[in-house]
Amino acid sequence: MKNVISSSDFTRKEIEEIFSVADSIKKGKRPKVKGDKVVALAFFEPSTRTFTSFDVAAKRLGFQTTGFRSEHETSVAKEESFADTMRMLSSYADCLVIRHRYDGAAKFASQITDKPVINAGDGKREHPTQSLMDLYTIRDAFGKIDGLTIGIVGDLKYGRTVHSLMSMLTAFKPKRVHLVSPLQLMLPRNFLKGLNYPYSETSDLGKVIADVDVLYATRIQKERFPDEMEYNKVKESYRIDCETVKRMKERAIILHALPRITEIAREVDRTKNAKYFEQARNGVPIRMALFSKVLGA
Amino acid sequence: MDDTIMINKIKEGTVIDHIPVRKAMLIPRILGLADGKDTIAILVNAKSRLMGFKDIVKIENRILKDDEVNMLSLIAPGATINLIKDYKIAGKKSAVIPKMIEGLLKCPNGHCITNHDPEARTVFDLVAKEPLEMRCGYCDIALGEQEALKQVSGE
Repeated sequence: MKNVISSSDFTRKEIEEIFSVADSIKKGKRPKVKGDKVVALAFFEPSTRTFTSFDVAAKRLGFQTTGFRSEHETSVAKEESFADTMRMLSSYADCLVIRHRYDGAAKFASQITDKPVINAGDGKREHPTQSLMDLYTIRDAFGKIDGLTIGIVGDLKYGRTVHSLMSMLTAFKPKRVHLVSPLQLMLPRNFLKGLNYPYSETSDLGKVIADVDVLYATRIQKERFPDEMEYNKVKESYRIDCETVKRMKERAIILHALPRITEIAREVDRTKNAKYFEQARNGVPIRMALFSKVLGA
Repeated sequence: MDDTIMINKIKEGTVIDHIPVRKAMLIPRILGLADGKDTIAILVNAKSRLMGFKDIVKIENRILKDDEVNMLSLIAPGATINLIKDYKIAGKKSAVIPKMIEGLLKCPNGHCITNHDPEARTVFDLVAKEPLEMRCGYCDIALGEQEALKQVSGE
């Protein structure tokens, strides 16, 4: 595996191999890698979990990390081009991990440098390492992904974690995916063309809540709205609380890529259905597994 | 009709015939010939038995390659491309919609990296010929026939 750019780049076999390595890591077995590597964390957009878990994953494998977590810390603020920044970083580091607000930034970076590039989320479409964490957490809970009913609720228009997850799910055979959103935040139509599993669309979470095995909640992303008025119309469209949980299947799980704002009530954290912190914890073993594939022995 | 009254025959090169009227002026730009190195003759509103009126472009000392010919399909899908050697037609080519178009079109997605880095050249992959649909190789956004034509013609 040279680069990690898109969720659609992975075969089922590759995903299962990464899960298997992550399982070993969680049991305390560190994958074999050459230790003298430097990983550049080039985060042009703010990030807490993704940045930190990539940083920790690299360090646990014995790598060193360098980089930045805001565009303002770089010469991009002095109008240096993205391409030049990538060239410069690739002359210092053995692998580039990139977070960027523009669609296709990671793919473009992979064409600029001959060093491996890992997409840590770019634009509105891709966040492949988050999708691996999402599916890994589902597999952990159910022992499988095939045959499950998944409800994705919230911002399906701008949320890259949703787009990336839906794309990676095409490598599996979910029973059905319920897409739950306000009309303004429905999944872009071109996404529906590429889906190879059954799906339905609704704005009423109540209609599907009893049917789902996995409820994947998303934040309504203020920063991606063209104007604040539009955001205010939909910002509190859905709220998952203990009443919602009572209507779910007993073994159903709730996921969220975090950060959450108001879409999941704090009281839900104490239920056995809440798996979003475990999902975030899985970021380290999954990203260690990915590093071992990309920078392996 | 005899267009040699207006433009001399060329000894070597390419003659693009049966171009829809008012499209010939776009061809140097599409083929990247606007740098002034090639001698190009452009004839507009020539009478045509087949089309009523047509445009013709003659490019001296340059035989168009297949991928260049295919670019013409965007504005002149029915054009005839004659390859000229020693004043005679030595071969013909027809324009086929290319599987990939690099550098010519602008991505309509304002958040695509190709609109934010001077080195990021656009790449559009052909998805469907009829109606024409292409997708950006970076952000996957669709580009339809109308938008492509609008961009190519500079409207």
